[in-house]
Amino acid sequence: MPYKIELRAEPSRRMAIAAPLVATGATLIVSTVFFLILGLDPFLTLYTFFIHPLTSMNGVSEWLLKASPLILIACGLAIGFRANVWNIGAEGQLIIGAIAASGIGLFFPWQDSVLLLPMMVIGGMLGGALWAAIAAFLKDRMNTNEILVTLMLTYVASLLLSYLVHGPWRDPNGFNFPQTALLPYAATFELFDYSYRLNTSIFFTAVVVVLAWVFMERSFLGYKMSVGGISPAASKYAGFSASASIWVGLLISGATAGLAGMTELAGPLGQLSSQISPGYGFAAIIVAFIGRLNAFGIVLGGLLLSLLYLGGETVQLKLGLPSSIALIFQGMLLFFLLASNFFINFHIRKIEVKVH
Amino acid sequence: MTPRLELRGIYKSYPGVIANENISLSVLPGEIHAVLGENGAGKSTLMKIIYGASPADQGEIICDGKVVGEHGPAVSRQLGIEMVYQHFALFESITVVENIALSMPGKFELDDLGKKVLGVSEKYGLPIDPTRLVISLSVGERQRVEIVRCLLRNPKLLILDEPTSVLTPQAVQILFKTLRKLAKDGCSILYISHKLDEVRDLCHSATVLRGGRVTGKADPRQSTSIELARMMVGNDLPKMTVTPSEKTAVPMIKLDSLNLDPEDIVGTALKNINLEAFGGEIVGIAGVSGNGQKELGAAVSGERVANNAAEIIIDGEAVGKLNAGARRKLGLGFVPEERLGRGAIPPYELSENAILTAHPQGMVKRGMLKRYKAREFAKKVITRFSVKANGPDALAHSLSGGNLQKFIMGREIELSPKVLLVSQPTWGVDVGAANYIWQTLIDLSRSGKAVIIISEELDELFEICDRIYVMAEGELSQSLNRAETSVEEVGLLMTGVHKTEGPRDAV
Repeated sequence: MPYKIELRAEPSRRMAIAAPLVATGATLIVSTVFFLILGLDPFLTLYTFFIHPLTSMNGVSEWLLKASPLILIACGLAIGFRANVWNIGAEGQLIIGAIAASGIGLFFPWQDSVLLLPMMVIGGMLGGALWAAIAAFLKDRMNTNEILVTLMLTYVASLLLSYLVHGPWRDPNGFNFPQTALLPYAATFELFDYSYRLNTSIFFTAVVVVLAWVFMERSFLGYKMSVGGISPAASKYAGFSASASIWVGLLISGATAGLAGMTELAGPLGQLSSQISPGYGFAAIIVAFIGRLNAFGIVLGGLLLSLLYLGGETVQLKLGLPSSIALIFQGMLLFFLLASNFFINFHIRKIEVKVH
Repeated sequence: MTPRLELRGIYKSYPGVIANENISLSVLPGEIHAVLGENGAGKSTLMKIIYGASPADQGEIICDGKVVGEHGPAVSRQLGIEMVYQHFALFESITVVENIALSMPGKFELDDLGKKVLGVSEKYGLPIDPTRLVISLSVGERQRVEIVRCLLRNPKLLILDEPTSVLTPQAVQILFKTLRKLAKDGCSILYISHKLDEVRDLCHSATVLRGGRVTGKADPRQSTSIELARMMVGNDLPKMTVTPSEKTAVPMIKLDSLNLDPEDIVGTALKNINLEAFGGEIVGIAGVSGNGQKELGAAVSGERVANNAAEIIIDGEAVGKLNAGARRKLGLGFVPEERLGRGAIPPYELSENAILTAHPQGMVKRGMLKRYKAREFAKKVITRFSVKANGPDALAHSLSGGNLQKFIMGREIELSPKVLLVSQPTWGVDVGAANYIWQTLIDLSRSGKAVIIISEELDELFEICDRIYVMAEGELSQSLNRAETSVEEVGLLMTGVHKTEGPRDAV
């Protein structure tokens, strides 16, 4: 074998910067070939995918609106992932967060209170955290696998949501649609402009990003959790608590997912329905890894994935491409991105064989 | 006579290191040839090149007068080259003969092969039962299986990589008898080692490596250990100063009937362990690894919790139920045998590795890290213990084994522990660094601390310990004063004879 993959002595700084560029370049080249084979104009298609969505104010608003929950959830997940705590059920925690927030919004007796929105924020976070706490408790006490438990609890959460909107919480004046009544005005976030859906909840996302960065890079607890993820034996050797990592990792990611559910509810949706999230909780897992489990990387990852969603919709609408082509294209970019990230820590070396 | 094997100008580099540079040597038929060098001198790389497990960048390999081109282990075996690795490649869940069958070419009956195995094992004095499961074999027996496996193929050249590191002194003598017989039958042997006495005892010629180059060729039977050591290390070894010890009145650490179940099926149970270590002395724990040393290390450090608090007492406090962090607060320091991944976090900087155990030294304030404090601490350790590293930002896995060991040891000593437990202090460490580490441990003990060393190198224990315990099959012997005991006595205890009536066959 004349080539060999080797661990670099140190992660390459140059490659860390170059990786996204290399990935973009590779995607552009391969997709151009791909579009040509399909008989499409590659330039027009790529323009429609990447640039067109951002040429209008509404496009930018939608871009940020979709990126916000992805970033919010991914920040929480990254904290757990660094500690090898695999919360795969952020989608379920998001749903429970939205249910909790909507319960407060609908049934709090003073419907125009300024406390309504803050209470919903807290309720959403507590709801998500509580849902994740079930998995934390089971893992800590009975060593169950949190991947399975969080995933299965997602189905429980979505059935609970379905029950509520079809049953006790259904709007009596809602023509039998499976949804609750609209939330009162005091229970929704302020819009920046009435023409667009973007609202003030993105400030929460900004704050969470900074807090997550400080926690992961600067706090002792964050350090202990990362050590537990990279070298469990070193963590044991130092006497760090493994169960603290489990609890903190799951509670924080549950809380951010719950908050994301709440901001969706009190933002673009305005009421609880059986379709509360287009899978943000699952997509955020990808975002966390595109962002290399770093809070600021996650912001870029969230913006990228959100753009891919918008671009996919745009090429379907404007060029009439099937949705599968949009998906292939998204998959290609993610593939190249994760593949080039590999070369930050590894490199390929040619082995010279010169035996005469 | 045509040499059995000749190397000419072998060159091999890995990123950042030249592992072998212009290495030439030749081995005659029937010759036992030592390749001598410290850890990291390039011995193992060279053997892998000969065996074909990794290719050389440049150079020629000539076997029986014919140039060997690009080759892998399969080609080597056809040429009659066999290798016994330091770490055995046996499947534990199947029998000896089944393991051997896996590496034999062609068709054969298992029963016939079993008979052949018995034949070879009798001829060379390597008793093994082909029908036993490998999991039930001791390390010494496993090595015999590996050797018999090679001998069945009638090798012309046998390569042995540090074969005695897992054997008791008595088992070493049995192995040497076998090797001498093999050589007499015309088989050439390449014997890799860093143990001078063994090489002088066994080998006909020696090639000494240092830093990837040949620094000398000698007839070990004619040379003194000092001469060989000088070729290996490059200068005269620093002399260690050992002042007489002044023991404290009460033990700093005491193990009182410590019992612990193994963590998994291949582990060893600790049975009724009693040990005392006083301030001012170094206590050694000898024994072939796999006899409970790993479990003892984890039980004392607090990585595993004891059944009763009173089984472990540090400076008068019962700590058996406390975790590693809590025990460290009471004055316990621990340097584990695995440096990467246990004593240090491989992809982290040295300053971040300082935080791992030194965080109570002002590195955390209100839950936030004070990274500059960690950097200062790491810098201090690097200077004080002359760690060769690119400053506190260097990643732990970029350091050599010896330097990382110095860093971890330095970090633990800077925390001024009352008791320091060090497991395998000089594994994979070059002679220069080993001397430094020993002197550091002596100085620490003479400042009134208790030092416990778990090691399988008897030379090391006899060099620096005041008292020695011997561990065998999860039990600990009575303590022996170094001045009054001998390598033979310790060697016998290593085979576990203290519980039987007389001495039994050494394994």
